[in-house]
Amino acid sequence: MTVKDNILIEVKNIKKSFTNLHTIEDISLVLEKNQFVSILGPSGCGKSTLFDVIAGLEKPDRGFVFIDGRQFNGRTGRVSYMHQKDLLFPWATILNNVCIPLILKGYRRKDAAVKAMEHFPAFGLEGFEKSYPCQLSGGMRQRAALLRTYLFADDIMLLDEPFGSLDAITRKKMQMWLLKIWEQINASILFITHDIEEAIFLSDKIYVLSERPAIVKKTFKIDIKRPRDGKIFTSAEFNKIKKQIFELLY
Amino acid sequence: MKNGLKNKIYPLIFFAVVLGMWEIISAAGIFAAYILPSPIAILVSLFTDFKNMGGHILITLYETFAGFFIAVFLSVIIALIMDSAITVKKTLYPVLIISQTIPIIVLAPLFIIWFGYGYIPKIIIVILICFFPVTVSFLQGLSTADRELVDLMRSMGAGRYSVYRFVKIPSAMPAFFSGLKIAATYSIMGATIGEWVGGKSGLGVYMIRAKHSFATDKVFAAILVITVLSIIFLKIIELAEKKYMPWLRIAGDVYIEEKQEI
Repeated sequence: MTVKDNILIEVKNIKKSFTNLHTIEDISLVLEKNQFVSILGPSGCGKSTLFDVIAGLEKPDRGFVFIDGRQFNGRTGRVSYMHQKDLLFPWATILNNVCIPLILKGYRRKDAAVKAMEHFPAFGLEGFEKSYPCQLSGGMRQRAALLRTYLFADDIMLLDEPFGSLDAITRKKMQMWLLKIWEQINASILFITHDIEEAIFLSDKIYVLSERPAIVKKTFKIDIKRPRDGKIFTSAEFNKIKKQIFELLY
Repeated sequence: MKNGLKNKIYPLIFFAVVLGMWEIISAAGIFAAYILPSPIAILVSLFTDFKNMGGHILITLYETFAGFFIAVFLSVIIALIMDSAITVKKTLYPVLIISQTIPIIVLAPLFIIWFGYGYIPKIIIVILICFFPVTVSFLQGLSTADRELVDLMRSMGAGRYSVYRFVKIPSAMPAFFSGLKIAATYSIMGATIGEWVGGKSGLGVYMIRAKHSFATDKVFAAILVITVLSIIFLKIIELAEKKYMPWLRIAGDVYIEEKQEI
């Protein structure tokens, strides 16, 4: 396999501004197969806009989005996209919520349910199929949202601060859980965060963005070996990278 | 359950006191029976004349339900069209509002002239009364559907139909049911107005006849029947609401603790 075949998403010189807001100046990035890539930047620097562009919800003013080597500017439906808010439908049970992407793809309700149920144990949702989102804790709702995201497209997932609204302890647990499950599912993940530790802990590569209008300030390759666990948070290697990113941002 | 009973006890006591005073005033003979019949006399005439009234009730209910269901059907379709085509919405919305400012009571004689003394003019009046609240609230529900949920559906490649099916229509249900409840409360009254203005049968006709023969107790008995029927209709809608929107009932009711071991 050549390097080119390995590239799933390639974003080239994206620029995007809204009427009075110049959000993205120039961003290029690459997501390779089975990679976990984070985009780290200050709040409001246009990270979510970047994801809207990659997911095809917004068209860039300039530049291109290539997915699997084909141009995807302004086309939706190829990658799965998860927001900071769980965005579960309050009127549907957890099972029906996670089945929606499958039904959109043309599965029959019954088959969709069977396929979705296979993943309930791994996502820590077993026994809650018939519960409504309002009955679940924040962490469980995020896992349900992640399962829905995964069922839509299991190869490329865009995660926009998925743990941003959780408390610190649940957040750490969810990070470890995500890492564990990611090692099982063979997905490539593009991950937005403004939490430096989270980015280092999870990623193979980190793009650090500037303030708005955003450009890529620097790219960090994280070579900490996998599988990783909670111990690396205190390792020398981890702290060295953390220091570098910290100095770059502040 | 305990709380529900507690909330109901105050209006019940109030109601009992008012009825008691009414009975005392009537028994004292301050007003003639044809001016203010006593509550007991009203109940008695309700039971003794129920055979006669029963047929009229069925006619009124038939007109009410026919009008109500036609109105809901039209409302749903027109609200969906208005929500999906902004030009249609801009065109029709002012027309809807203006139509509501015309008092039904002045339209009713016109419908008699146009459609005669049969069921049709009554059903049309019920449709006119029910159409507005259901259309406006359903439309409001559709247009205030969470933008982010719609975007999420779009990012998953959903078409227009799926967006309506999975997001817009379910999120408009609470508003839709509010509209249904308003419509249900007024629908029986609407049919009665239609009959009152001119007709051969129905509770409105029954009341006119009772009024002409100064049988005020029967007029009151008919009012009682209309009130009870309206409340029953409203309760049926509320039951349907609970059945079709279980998530509203559950919200904040039970909270499942986070399962820690995953």
